[in-house]
Amino acid sequence: MHELSLCEGIIKVIEEQAAVQKYAKVEKVFLEIGALAGVELDSLRFGFSVVIKGTVAEEAKLEIITLDGTAWCMPCEKTVKVSQRFDACPHCGSHQIQITGGDELRIKELEVSD
Amino acid sequence: MCTVCGCGTASVEGKGHSHSHDHKHDHKHDHAHDHSHDHDCGHDHSHDHDHSHVETDEKGDIHFGKGLGATHVPGLDQKRIVEIEQNILGENDRYAMGNRSYFAERGMFVLNLVSSPGSGKTTLLTRSITDCKERFSMSVIEGDQQTSNDAERIRETGVKATQVNTGKGCHLDAHMVGHALEHLEPEEGSVLFIENVGNLVCPAAFDLGEAHKVAILSVTEGEDKPIKYPDMFHAAEIMILNKTDLLPYLNFDVEKCIDYAKQVNPNIRVMQLSATSGEGLEEWFDWIDQGLKNAQAKKRA
Repeated sequence: MHELSLCEGIIKVIEEQAAVQKYAKVEKVFLEIGALAGVELDSLRFGFSVVIKGTVAEEAKLEIITLDGTAWCMPCEKTVKVSQRFDACPHCGSHQIQITGGDELRIKELEVSD
Repeated sequence: MCTVCGCGTASVEGKGHSHSHDHKHDHKHDHAHDHSHDHDCGHDHSHDHDHSHVETDEKGDIHFGKGLGATHVPGLDQKRIVEIEQNILGENDRYAMGNRSYFAERGMFVLNLVSSPGSGKTTLLTRSITDCKERFSMSVIEGDQQTSNDAERIRETGVKATQVNTGKGCHLDAHMVGHALEHLEPEEGSVLFIENVGNLVCPAAFDLGEAHKVAILSVTEGEDKPIKYPDMFHAAEIMILNKTDLLPYLNFDVEKCIDYAKQVNPNIRVMQLSATSGEGLEEWFDWIDQGLKNAQAKKRA
């Protein structure tokens, strides 16, 4: 999908933060990506390897922390795990579920050196 | 960026420049490439010798902290963790917020139309404009990879349209829309249609500042598109089933399609219409009319 645009966004944040947080080199980039964020992780990794050229993150490793999709099931009255937006509740089979988490697309932290 | 001198690490004529950070007492950086380029860090490097990041002034005093980093950093190999906690789409979302307040200040009702190529977005738009010209004022931002054909089709109806060509891009982003607004100068209290690039995947993630995303699906497509492209139908408030005049000739199961759409988005509202025959258009026009009145009322409040 738009993984390359996302990677450009990531690099922009990293470069901006370099001035603020005073680092010269990024060793690792930790991302949190939700299962429902619509991101293909392989494409993201590929896009990342392209956009880091010539930046402070040129040699950075990408660490992706995946987060489960979660939903509130109304019949069960509890939070359940889902892997797609149209999943039924894994316990009762109902579609009366509201997605509550799993669309995260965040840069969590960086391992940097000065 | 080098925190010592502040010189950027952006590649210069294709060559990234790297500092080797073995810091001896005099803090010398050896740059491996020749220095025929400008650093934009505000201090000139003389370039026929190894340049040092230690600046020496006319009195011969040595300054370690003249760079943007304003510090001399010993022990450069220390690694540390920097908390970022930023949304990757944060930049787009900031532009989208800007657009949204632009629309709110002007009492505008803005729709982001998303669909596959060929679902009839532009035909629905030209028909809506022709039929509603007397009811409210409208303008259009057209997103396509190439050509201004669609904007020309819209302009033929007599309303203002700005074409945004995304080039290789697969979606409009909030920044592009912000630029288009400068050219378009939409009227206060008007309806703005943003016709996104024909793509049921990428535009789902990019907020443009619109009031609603409207997903258009034509009955010549598969009825299972809502579950094939769940992100888009999840993000949309309205699903328009277009080309319903063709239903007698197709095996499209309308009920099944609506069920699929409700699976990914229980709150989605479905409108069935045909931009060609005109059936079902009144519901769509009334819905826009109501949305516009709400936006205008909010502005007055």
